[in-house]
Amino acid sequence: MATKNIAGVNVDVNEEGYLTDPSQWTKEVAAEIAKEEGIELTDKHFEVLNYLRDENEKGNVLTIRKVGKSGITDIKGLYTLFPGGPLKKSSKIAGIPKPTSCV
Amino acid sequence: MKKILILGGGTGGTIMCNKLRNVLDREEWDITVVDQFKTHYYQPGFLFIPFGIYNKNDVIKPKSDFFPPGVNVIYSKIELIEGEKNQVKLANGQILKYDYMIIATGTETSPDETPGLKDKLWYKEIFDFYTIEGALALREFFKTWEGGKLVLNIAELPFKCPVAPLEFVFLADAYFHGLGMRDKVDITYVTPLPGAFTKPRATKMLSGLMEEKNIKVIPEFYLEHVDNDAKKIVSYDGQEVPFDVLTIIPVNKGNDVMERSGLGDDLNFVPTDKYTLRSEKFENVFVLGDAANLPTSKAGAVVHFGAEVLFENLMSAIEGRPLLAKFDGHANCYIETGFGKGSIIDFNYDTEPLPGSFPLPGVGPFGLLQNTRFNHYGKVIFRWVYWHILLRGKEMPISNEMSMAGKKL
Repeated sequence: MATKNIAGVNVDVNEEGYLTDPSQWTKEVAAEIAKEEGIELTDKHFEVLNYLRDENEKGNVLTIRKVGKSGITDIKGLYTLFPGGPLKKSSKIAGIPKPTSCV
Repeated sequence: MKKILILGGGTGGTIMCNKLRNVLDREEWDITVVDQFKTHYYQPGFLFIPFGIYNKNDVIKPKSDFFPPGVNVIYSKIELIEGEKNQVKLANGQILKYDYMIIATGTETSPDETPGLKDKLWYKEIFDFYTIEGALALREFFKTWEGGKLVLNIAELPFKCPVAPLEFVFLADAYFHGLGMRDKVDITYVTPLPGAFTKPRATKMLSGLMEEKNIKVIPEFYLEHVDNDAKKIVSYDGQEVPFDVLTIIPVNKGNDVMERSGLGDDLNFVPTDKYTLRSEKFENVFVLGDAANLPTSKAGAVVHFGAEVLFENLMSAIEGRPLLAKFDGHANCYIETGFGKGSIIDFNYDTEPLPGSFPLPGVGPFGLLQNTRFNHYGKVIFRWVYWHILLRGKEMPISNEMSMAGKKL
């Protein structure tokens, strides 16, 4: 674990750059991480991010299918918003842990 | 008379019937099991059917052979679970009351979830091997197939028996070698996972095997639809993989009674405390195996290990004691790798599959994350163990809690 200064905020991140404490997250931090991933955040992005953060706080396991049924966007839309690994990227930008696939 | 109701007479329900009938007084406790089907399938055997290694008779027995005397057995669909009223409505109109209930309804394939999957090529050039019908249809297809692109695709996570798709492509490699036509068959493994498996060390070992066997892996592929005319699978981000024959692991879902009863998550799996195996909604309901939303494999071994914990906690609940037994997510899977060899992985919620020896530290006889002949024999013998020991709820020489002894970090 390391501390990283993102958008002027000191946040704790793991070796893959995921925030280890979701409460350290700010919109500015999100924008900065998104930029590293090559994504410019829009209001739609933030709707998804807020949904992810809410679900994570409730202790719910997130899947692409679940986000696709959230009413915010469908799965195709999610891929358009966060191209390439959409759940991994959106989780990273939302400041929540990397989704684990349990098989 | 107090009542225990068990929903599902598969691996989990059958084990619980046997364990509970053994210890609970017949004058005091009534045990009832409900299942819609009369046949018990040895599901690990489905994998071998397409390659002509097992036939149908190797994998079926009547369920009634495994329920002990003194258990009421009802063959019916379940209409509704009414947890607030401690009762279950069956499709035949019967209403069953319970003091305690165990949900062990498993997981099912839902090909209807993917557009174009159950279309004109279904069971002609598109097959699953997670049902007896699919496995037998694929057997017939392979008998006369002259080669081409064999694509295996996993539609969604989680899915039952996460090593089976790997075993399928390994066995396919060996099978077509045996027919002298491996050079005519192009095998591709298409998965939504980032690699051949989830956890780093197992992925490394299995990726090596894939390469050795000339099987192409396409990771991070999340299936959107199947194009029957162009014969290709298409992902949400527009990747396309053409096939001549497609073996699909369809979306897995829990039984739809969970949806009707408001008991399931978005895939109808029942929210369950991952340690005590008690339902998160009802104190007198426990959930075993694939039906639960546990963050571990959906597999028979997990059911078997979980059954020990559930049994202890159910007895504690009955006697008004705290639920002290904790499930660790222990899973143990044989992986057939073809040519008479196999591998084994052993892991739980917190520990990824590691190399070593199993079950006796340093001795084995099985080698974890190794490709050996002895591991294959384990899988062959397991069918006997399943019918004769595991389903009967008898003791096995393997602890339900995962052990670090014999594992190398």
